[in-house]
Amino acid sequence: MSVDSPNDSAVIGVLAWAWPLLGRLMQGVLTLLAVSLLIFLAARALPGDVANMILGQSATQDQLAALRTQLGLDQPLWWQYLTWLGGILHGDWGVSLANGQPVAEILTLGVRNSATLSGVALAVMLPLSLLVGVIAAQFRDGFVDRLFLGMSMVANAVPDFVTGTVLVALFATTVLHVLPAVSFIPPGDSPFSYPDALVLPAITVIIPGVMYLARLVRVAVIDVMATEYIQTAILKGMSPSRILFRHALPNAVAPIIPAASLVAAFTVGGVVVVEYLFAYPGIGSALVDAVTNRDLPVIQANVLVIASAYFILNLIADALAQRDDASTQQGRSQA
Amino acid sequence: MELTVVLRRRFRPRPVGWWRLWASVQVRWGVVLLVAMTALIAIGPLLAPYDPAAPVGRPYVSPSADAWLGTDNLGRDVLSRVLCGGVYLAWMAPISALLSVTIGTAIALVAAYRGGWVDLALMRSLDVLLAFPGVLLTLLCVSVFGPQPLLLVGLIVLTLMPGVARVIRGAALPLLNREYVLWAKAVGTPGLVIILRELLPNVSSPLLVELGLRLSWSVGILSSMSFIGYGIQPPAADWGLMVSENGSGLGAQPFAALAPIVMIVFYTIGGSLIAEGAARVIARTEGKA
Repeated sequence: MSVDSPNDSAVIGVLAWAWPLLGRLMQGVLTLLAVSLLIFLAARALPGDVANMILGQSATQDQLAALRTQLGLDQPLWWQYLTWLGGILHGDWGVSLANGQPVAEILTLGVRNSATLSGVALAVMLPLSLLVGVIAAQFRDGFVDRLFLGMSMVANAVPDFVTGTVLVALFATTVLHVLPAVSFIPPGDSPFSYPDALVLPAITVIIPGVMYLARLVRVAVIDVMATEYIQTAILKGMSPSRILFRHALPNAVAPIIPAASLVAAFTVGGVVVVEYLFAYPGIGSALVDAVTNRDLPVIQANVLVIASAYFILNLIADALAQRDDASTQQGRSQA
Repeated sequence: MELTVVLRRRFRPRPVGWWRLWASVQVRWGVVLLVAMTALIAIGPLLAPYDPAAPVGRPYVSPSADAWLGTDNLGRDVLSRVLCGGVYLAWMAPISALLSVTIGTAIALVAAYRGGWVDLALMRSLDVLLAFPGVLLTLLCVSVFGPQPLLLVGLIVLTLMPGVARVIRGAALPLLNREYVLWAKAVGTPGLVIILRELLPNVSSPLLVELGLRLSWSVGILSSMSFIGYGIQPPAADWGLMVSENGSGLGAQPFAALAPIVMIVFYTIGGSLIAEGAARVIARTEGKA
């Protein structure tokens, strides 16, 4: 690829980065529409009659029919879907069939609690994985490094509920009793008011995340340390800490940023299991409750929110990875 | 004819053979672990001292000579339940992994070889599948159709297959410009033969990585679904289910939840050891190239 002037190359670079992204975004909107249709149909296909569930066995046919009309269940399916979708776009998410609470309210609480959990986990995860990765790279092939590699393999292989249950056994029940096994947070209260309820769920998310990201950091640091300019710096007698912090670390951060948003996406996707384990009041446990109660509006809303968050984080990961690719390619073409 | 044979020998690289993968310590340990686990699961029901579904004493009794691992939340023998609790995993997880790797690889190789709109259409439709978190899809479908084992297998294949296809397509693309593939095309070899004889053997290492990884993930998803109550249903013995049944008894009788956890850990590590070993073989081979 030959480039006429640096200015052009910048424009080409931005275009090369933004163009596929725009396509991805369009595709994303279509995907989310398909997902919303799937959710709608799946929720409708759940066994049992909604009107019957609300009114109980003693209801008369007239009462059932009236309630179905009131809920719009006698309308054709496509019309129900469009009404629901239109409502969501207008911010009208409907009412819970289980307790009559507005879905938006349930959702706001759940999203806040889940976002707090994921946010805290990520905030600890990123610096920690840099630290662990650099240490492992420093002791490459030594005992510490091998121990880290083995532990990371185990932590990434076992499912989240296994990690979580082992943590509960260690810190909440069998061995020590320093933390609560169940995250009791009264509705309406901020999770930050109950920090000890947040610790175990957060660690359950943090451990596999750190073990995954630190591996990437380790490889990146090892690669950078083998490059010529670092070797030159070593020969020049630059201090090891200066080499590490000024040169190696900035290069090690680059590959973990897209990976970190991927980890965030997985955290959101796996939120159901961790929240169920600790009875943590977020969107994941709200979803499991709603599925058990056949609470259609809550199921639909929760799944849509989780799927959208998962999708957006994946999109960010893609965008960051693509920008990295574009900039390295540009660097190569100019070199 | 002589010339073609000579040229083929000259330009066709030796694929990373199975023996080189077997030479990796991790791969060997992974295979040994998986074979041992499968054997234990197969003969486990014969070894079980009690009926896994019948109560033998009071709930949460500590280990004793009668019940080596104590009893669970309903007073059933934990050892018997652990020995019988892998039966579903033992066939569902390998089948899910094999199917997702086979289908994913087939799609990837066809997409890579044909290129153009076939490639675009196949990979874009897989992207749609990737856009939906697997646990959510499984939860929704299981709540609609009920927790049938075959449905679970199908859903796991749908969840894992797109990732396999992405990786294998990535591994196959650079092969398309190699001499031996161009050569095979030039002499008019049918596409299917090229895919099977030239492309497939040369992606064997990433294939093994994927197989190990997906096996370990299948075990993870299956036991997670049992754990949250949307997989294998009580009163069946299943490791994931046992962890959730006995989680609240961790203080009184930790073995009831920790014994099935040990089994899940061994089973999942078997798969990832294979993946890890194969990945290192690839890294070494590429480092030399």
